[in-house]
Amino acid sequence: MKPSIQIDGKPIPFAEGQTIMEAATAAGVYIPHLCHNPEFEPHGSCKLCTVRVNGRNCSACTFPAADGQEVLNDTAELNELRRTITELLFVEGNHLCPSCEKSGNCQLQAAAYFLGMVDAHFPFFYPARELDGSHPDILLDRDRCIFCELCVRASRDVDGKNVFAIGGRGIDSRLIVNSPSGRLADTPVAATDKAAQVCPVGAILVKRRGFEIPIGERIYDRHTIAEESLEREEPIVESRHD
Amino acid sequence: MTEKLTVATTSLAGCFGCHMSFLDIDERILALAEVASFDRSPLTDIKHCGDKVDLGLVEGGLCNAENVHTLREFRKHCRILVAVGACAINGGLPALRNHIPLEECLDESYLNGIGVENPQMPNDIELPLLLNKVHPIHEVVKVDYFLPGCPPSADTIWKFLSDLAAGREPSLPRELIHYD
Ligand code: SF4
Ligand code: SF4
Ligand code: FES
Repeated sequence: MKPSIQIDGKPIPFAEGQTIMEAATAAGVYIPHLCHNPEFEPHGSCKLCTVRVNGRNCSACTFPAADGQEVLNDTAELNELRRTITELLFVEGNHLCPSCEKSGNCQLQAAAYFLGMVDAHFPFFYPARELDGSHPDILLDRDRCIFCELCVRASRDVDGKNVFAIGGRGIDSRLIVNSPSGRLADTPVAATDKAAQVCPVGAILVKRRGFEIPIGERIYDRHTIAEESLEREEPIVESRHD
Repeated sequence: MTEKLTVATTSLAGCFGCHMSFLDIDERILALAEVASFDRSPLTDIKHCGDKVDLGLVEGGLCNAENVHTLREFRKHCRILVAVGACAINGGLPALRNHIPLEECLDESYLNGIGVENPQMPNDIELPLLLNKVHPIHEVVKVDYFLPGCPPSADTIWKFLSDLAAGREPSLPRELIHYD
């Protein structure tokens, strides 16, 4: 018999080496996530994918599936926890959606919609991190970065350019750029790079694309993030776990 | 028949878009008038709340000292307070000035900005003092409900009001939650 786990009481088969997230995605079960993207090694930093595994909270994107595990995912308690995490991400950056060209295509915003977030609850930080408009084709707005390291992983693992990193700690963390001047214009990054395309929020934006798709017709205007993720994020596990 | 709900509205640092969106409920305002009466509001031009207001809708965030004063007074009179729209909830577009020092903002607007004629710093006793940063209203008073959007759509506002008028706990389905 194939090994399986239970997610919210439903049996979900999995292949050896898969994480809970990968097993869930393959079975069409959505677990909210931001720093996870099946094309890259898991990072486990945002904690949005927190599930309860045999009574303990774990990150579904990094936790390996094991036969007989009982996983709770879509519960009021976990969704409330995820909403609080999302609220914290909003207050830690300047997420003023009406002025952001990622609005409607943004995974942070869409996750917040999915979790029923209507306000950010906490006092706002209003950080003032350096904006980098130096590159002819790419804009970097550090105030919107959620530190998912997807650009870091993409630049290192796919583009082979190592352009991005997260520097500093805690409240002083920020996205840094690997060039002697620290400016994006002095790196080899190009708008066609994976790193320039992968940002789930409006921190790395390819210039002159902002209004290509009108508001109201953008990704999450038409679909929830659950529908969209399950459709788009085919788990590419075999190549990774070979 | 039960008593009518008393509704008041006010606008702080906002663009009046949320009030306009409220008026976009169109003919549904007649159904609303059956169950609600207006107190203080820019729509009625009543300047201060009566003693008892059931529901207060606040558009806009806090940009200056007068906004804070108005909000506190408004909160005191309203049994239920609702933050309507992005500015009331997170500062909205006015909060874009938050990562620019206030002095630089004023300098750009009144002294050395492009196209400024007769440069001078406004300085009149009638002018409320600016706050260093723009703040959402929940940082100053307790807020009972939030209607996100820039502005929230008429349907969002209507769903909230009709739930409340019918004695239901207001709730917004996914389609009515939008931040832009
Ligand atoms: S990055 Fe997303 S959440 Fe942040 S302002 Fe832009 S659309 Fe809103
Ligand atoms: S810039 Fe975007 S992709 Fe890179 S760490 Fe920040 S949020 Fe993630
Ligand atoms: S998606 Fe699992 S920690 Fe971010």
